[in-house]
Amino acid sequence: MLFSKFMAERFEYEGNDSLHLFKWDIKHWIGNDEHKLYLKTEGDYSADQGIFGRADLQMLYSRNISTFWDFQIGARRAFEPERTFDAVIGFQGLAPYSIEVDSAAFITENGNLLGRLNLGYELLLTQRLILQPRIEVNVAAKDIENRGVKAGVTEFEAGMRLRYEIEREFAPYVGFDYVEEESLREHHHSVRFVVGMRFWY
Amino acid sequence: MKIACRRFFFFVLWLCHLGVGLACADTYTLTVAEKSVNLIGTKQTAIVANDSLPAPTLHWREGEEVTLHVINRLQEQTSIHWHGIVLPYQMDGVPGVSFSGIEPGQTFTYRFRLKQNGTYWYHGHSGMQEQQGLFGALVIDPVHPRQKVERDYVLLLSDWPEADPYRTHARLKKQSDYYNFQKRTVVDFFNDISKRGFAETLSDRLDWGQMRMEPTDFADVTGATYHFLVNGQTPEMNWTGLFGPGDRVRLRIINASAMTHFDVRIPGLTMRVIEVDGQPVIPVDVEEFRIAVAETYDVLVEPKADRAYRLFAEAMDRSGFAAATLTPKIGLLAQMPTLRPLTLLTMADMGPMHGGGHAGHADHQAMPMSGMAEQPPDAEHAEHAAPPNHSMHEGHDASMPATQTEAEAPMRHTEAPAMGSYKVLSYQHLMAAAPNREWRQADREITLRLTGNMYRYIWSFDDIKYSESEPIRVKFGEHIRFTYVNETMMNHPIHLHGLWQYLDNGNGAYNPKKHVINVPPGKTVSVIVVADAEGEWAFHCHLLYHMDAGMFRKLIVEKREHAGR
Ligand SMILES: [Cu+2]
Repeated sequence: MLFSKFMAERFEYEGNDSLHLFKWDIKHWIGNDEHKLYLKTEGDYSADQGIFGRADLQMLYSRNISTFWDFQIGARRAFEPERTFDAVIGFQGLAPYSIEVDSAAFITENGNLLGRLNLGYELLLTQRLILQPRIEVNVAAKDIENRGVKAGVTEFEAGMRLRYEIEREFAPYVGFDYVEEESLREHHHSVRFVVGMRFWY
Repeated sequence: MKIACRRFFFFVLWLCHLGVGLACADTYTLTVAEKSVNLIGTKQTAIVANDSLPAPTLHWREGEEVTLHVINRLQEQTSIHWHGIVLPYQMDGVPGVSFSGIEPGQTFTYRFRLKQNGTYWYHGHSGMQEQQGLFGALVIDPVHPRQKVERDYVLLLSDWPEADPYRTHARLKKQSDYYNFQKRTVVDFFNDISKRGFAETLSDRLDWGQMRMEPTDFADVTGATYHFLVNGQTPEMNWTGLFGPGDRVRLRIINASAMTHFDVRIPGLTMRVIEVDGQPVIPVDVEEFRIAVAETYDVLVEPKADRAYRLFAEAMDRSGFAAATLTPKIGLLAQMPTLRPLTLLTMADMGPMHGGGHAGHADHQAMPMSGMAEQPPDAEHAEHAAPPNHSMHEGHDASMPATQTEAEAPMRHTEAPAMGSYKVLSYQHLMAAAPNREWRQADREITLRLTGNMYRYIWSFDDIKYSESEPIRVKFGEHIRFTYVNETMMNHPIHLHGLWQYLDNGNGAYNPKKHVINVPPGKTVSVIVVADAEGEWAFHCHLLYHMDAGMFRKLIVEKREHAGR
């Protein structure tokens, strides 16, 4: 039997004095217990400048390899900042202590290697009020001149979201993110306030 | 010699049946159709038989030749399974196993002779129809009535969902803890620290975290969507049974739920358990018993006071309850008991899962028969309140390891067994009222691991889902010891169609026979199955969504000739 799940994990406004962004992090899968087709999209849109900072779409085949883990393989199409194609290999699942893990390695056309690791945890304050710390790290194996990417940690995000599950499927949240970005051209870090909603069906 | 005896016995049986059968060959008709109901304040579509929710109680007689027409007025296939009834397998009513199902607009005629008496039930075995209202009670009167009672009531427990069951199933696949609103919170963490100390609390949390499980995970589908019913009525509707002064009241309690185990009690009344799964047992007096999905318990109560009593059936996970009233006059109400707090699962319940996922199957061999002694969570303090003769039973039961040979067990209760009295009933207390003549050592053993993946909501036997499984084959006449090893954290009520399971609770020839055996989390339970009915039988966990997800097998009892020796 086939099942599917659409999940907007993050659908939010993020900002501070100098920054106003809309961000999304959406996954959609369809499949059975063993085999799933995954669509993942992430990105941000700057309201001030009217441009997308980042936007990509991944299409992955996901294979259940153990109780808590899926192996994923597929392709990523980035639309912003520039149009690129990468191959994707990753693991997604639940680590001990119920830490949600989404990891991916991206192999660019020129054979460069990028990595992304997402860790999340859910802390129940009540049955419906849930605090969710999360970390995202992006790394690059070497410099990629044309993308402005500098080897090492290119982006580090640590944040906290407090959501209230009005229904399991619908939960508005508030929170903050600490973001550090490192590239060949610049380095900056900032703290941002977040408000958004998490919904799925 | 033995065979001759047996033939003669069957011949006599056949003569009897012929006699009774001729006297009472009755015909019944059930029409399965959709119906709009309003049980919970909104209109919902139910699937009903003869326009009734639950389906009508069928009263049959032992020895009767039943002819029953089932007419399908649905847009989809239907079927009816006679739960616990020994019959030719083509009449068992499981589409894809024993027959091809009943197509829309078609009529199927069930025909079988009743070889048994007692309390049973029937239900749809297609799609989610059982969850949608297609279930009813079966009461089969014995040829020679044993127990004269003034009142005789059927109490059919069930769980009624707010959402369409397919949606419920899909939600579980998307988020398996969707319906658990009793998870451990940060507040509980601090409460535990003040009660048990920081180190112990932390180590407990780490243990559970390591396994990625929740100690409150008793039920996949809970009171968050379920309304619990007695005879199709909510606690507010309050199904009521009348009794007169000095009456002995027989309650036929049937758990027709899709997913819910109940802890049943009637505050103020002691229940004398006389039959379990339709089979007479040596009477046991209890204050409370746990009824797994699809089990039946017949109890006698003798209300003395001129007041009402409340039958209170708490869902095992304490997320809700069903209730009904027994009263000498209409309008009299008894106080509604309150739900007791949930007792958490412990690491001990996790058995083989603890600390190593699914590794370490070797431990099972050495595991004591704790499965049988399993009691409702609050049984612990109940033990202290139990009267003296309690220790007499528990004494030798507790000391009995699983490895004990069957040969020494039957001697145990050959003297007229005394009636027990317990606060909470456990499988350990059940003894057949009459010895099983066929009782002997099993010819072989089949270990069936009850497996699952709670995170992805996959259920299976031996890690293989039904869709990918081969049938289990046994030979006609074989005695097979099935050992169920529960490697999950859920209870699984294991149901075998067409054949009895003799629960090995150490009583030898007095081991009770059942159609459903509940196996608690992390426990091991053994049964002996006498393959005395040829054909293809369904063998599955009776939790509807577990069955649907793959915790199901076909069991084939082959003719001896086919066995190829
Ligand atoms: Cu089950």
